[in-house]
Amino acid sequence: MNDQIDQKEIERLKGLKNKERMEIPRQKMPEQHPEERRSNFREVPHGLPPMSAVLEASRCIQCKQPKCIEGCPVGIDIPGFIARVAAGDFLGGIRKMKETNMLPAICGRVCPQESQCEQVCILAKRKEPVAIGRLERFVADWEREQGKMETPRVGAPTGKSVGVVGCGPAGLTVAIDLRRAGHEVVIYEALHAPGGVLMYGIPEFRLPKKIVNAEVDVVRKMGVEIRYNHIVGKLENLDELLDRHDAVFLGTGAGLPWFMGIEGENLCGVYSANEYLTRSNLMRAYDFPRADTPIARSKRVAVIGGGNVAMDSARTAVRLGAEEVYLVYRRSQVEMPARDEEIEHAKEEGVILKILHNPVRYIGDEKGRVIQAECIRMELGEPDASGRRRPVPLEGSEFVIDVDTVVVAIGNGPNPLVPATTKGLDVDPRRGTIKTNLNTMHTSKKGVFAGGDIAIGAATVILAMGHGRKAARSMNLYLQSGEWDIEYLPGEEPAPEEEVDKKKS
Amino acid sequence: MPEMYEVIENVVLAEKVNRYRIYAPDIAKRRRAGQFIILRIDVDGERIPLTIADADPEAGTLTLVVQEVGKTTARMTRLKLGERFLDVVGPLGAPTHIEKFGTVAVIGGGIGIAPAHPIAQALLEAGNRVVSILGARTQSLIIMEEEMRRASDEVLVCTDDGSYGTHGLVTDILKERIESEGKPDLVFAIGPVIMMKFVCKLTAEYDIPTVVSLNPIMVDGTGMCGGCRVSVGGKSKFACVEGPEFDGHQVDFEELIKRQAFYREQEKESYECFLAECREKNTK
Repeated sequence: MNDQIDQKEIERLKGLKNKERMEIPRQKMPEQHPEERRSNFREVPHGLPPMSAVLEASRCIQCKQPKCIEGCPVGIDIPGFIARVAAGDFLGGIRKMKETNMLPAICGRVCPQESQCEQVCILAKRKEPVAIGRLERFVADWEREQGKMETPRVGAPTGKSVGVVGCGPAGLTVAIDLRRAGHEVVIYEALHAPGGVLMYGIPEFRLPKKIVNAEVDVVRKMGVEIRYNHIVGKLENLDELLDRHDAVFLGTGAGLPWFMGIEGENLCGVYSANEYLTRSNLMRAYDFPRADTPIARSKRVAVIGGGNVAMDSARTAVRLGAEEVYLVYRRSQVEMPARDEEIEHAKEEGVILKILHNPVRYIGDEKGRVIQAECIRMELGEPDASGRRRPVPLEGSEFVIDVDTVVVAIGNGPNPLVPATTKGLDVDPRRGTIKTNLNTMHTSKKGVFAGGDIAIGAATVILAMGHGRKAARSMNLYLQSGEWDIEYLPGEEPAPEEEVDKKKS
Repeated sequence: MPEMYEVIENVVLAEKVNRYRIYAPDIAKRRRAGQFIILRIDVDGERIPLTIADADPEAGTLTLVVQEVGKTTARMTRLKLGERFLDVVGPLGAPTHIEKFGTVAVIGGGIGIAPAHPIAQALLEAGNRVVSILGARTQSLIIMEEEMRRASDEVLVCTDDGSYGTHGLVTDILKERIESEGKPDLVFAIGPVIMMKFVCKLTAEYDIPTVVSLNPIMVDGTGMCGGCRVSVGGKSKFACVEGPEFDGHQVDFEELIKRQAFYREQEKESYECFLAECREKNTK
């Protein structure tokens, strides 16, 4: 790949004025043609070629007070790594990146950059923002493909030991940071593979599993032990973990699928998105019968929901050979929580959006298999608590669509397994989340920290990582001082006037 | 010391029914009557749920009794001692609620006798009078009779073809028993769904509380996928975490039977592919 580097061009780009930099168009990643990718599970975008990455990095004007860093939940030195890419120093770029983010090949693919770092990029005001996510992915892929992945140095042993429950994005981040600080770390994972939602939830065509494995491998090489098939709450309870470890982090995720509670939801062929995606991703049902796990051989599929999980389900259904895939969403496309990129990809692949529609019941045949989804049309009324306009059913507008498979992707609640088997761990009675001080990631139980979806309900990979980062800082402090009764981490106390404002509201 | 998840024993109990002992010391220590595990043979393997028939915490082993019905179970019967499963996870599900109920009829149908055994044992230990009713298609499929005798005050046996014990179904025996000696305080039924359905139909007529142990299709076993949902009292329940035992009078058995049959075509295809491969290997 290095021979594709054009040093002369790099020198020319170095000399550009800011105005000229801003004239460079945002670089696109080449991707598989929709017709082709409809029938395979390979990754859709191919990643930037090296000189496109250099060109893209040259668009960054290296702001004195970069907003992008603040926009990143884990605080990556974005201008720092981009400057190195612009100089053609990809190794320097990835090293800079890994000072703060050990999972860049994952984040570069699944982070919603458009609502984080890229949203606040100064270029976004006049032109398109710097493609930070694509550059992040580029340096991470470059490092892996060049066989240059390094294992970060770990600190001198502290004699302290930490248990991490759940090997998803939050747990992995905690493990990396605490291991770096010299603590012993054991991750307990309920499934037979690492990664949590990265492995069972996000499909191969969006996040290849070999990439997750490569990044997790580094974690293992740092000396973090991962125990698979180990269900905390079943094989042992949290108090037993606390007997062995000086502190415990809970990153058990949002593993409880919601259903709508409508007629026919238990018909054969009605799946939760979790089940549908787990069968296809983790169990590789797309490779049946070579892989033993089956999945419905669908012709007509309705996916219910408008988030990324719904898009993943719809696009999976396309690849599994469905002829017609509908995405049924009760609001309009503007309100869809999915990333625009995912919606566009889904449409390109032939997914038919049925916006302002909602299922009211499913109809089955004599074998108990779903054959129709009855839907109702919706219109948008006044804004609700989420600030989005509330969808209201249009009475009498019911109609049916013929389907043989339904995938319910309306969200997930926090997994109740640990809270249900632990004494002294407070849970939000309405949402089922573990009550967590988001300043310290402390739970109500001494020595126990939490973060990610189990603390705030289903959110994003990068928010979970941000929680992991914060929890690791807090745990480090706790392991050193043993102090538990703090409201804020040192240096993060709010200014007095803010405190007053908060009380008022 | 054996390796994790190593096969310590694999013996044929009846036609296509094997008993396995697997080294899984942590689970063996923890499991209680009524719980199950999920296992996977290799990287291409399916995760399948199996009820724990027995455990030896000292030896660190779990006992499973499994009937060959598809590819995974067919591969299991061919496992040699010293080979190992790739993954065994558990103990899953809520344990059986055990207390002194009085007289309890424990009904095991076919390989359902195996998971009925630890329940009978626990009920006996709790001071109940345990009357076990064992049923199967034919004599050779009546398994673990000796063990059940040790775990019961009384054992009644029946076969569909009359080759052993009473000629008839478990429901016939139960009915006769109720008529002649009065109602038990509780009935436990574990076996084919159709058997559990008819046991519940009968006990509903006599108003006898009845617990059934369900085995729907599952993937993760921790409540994450919801594939195992069953309708109980008109509400959807996840059998993996809220079960596997439920009030039999509330269970929608018709729905369960249909849901269990959902992948039948693929299961058959997978099984036949595997058997064909085996034949090919043998002829080479």
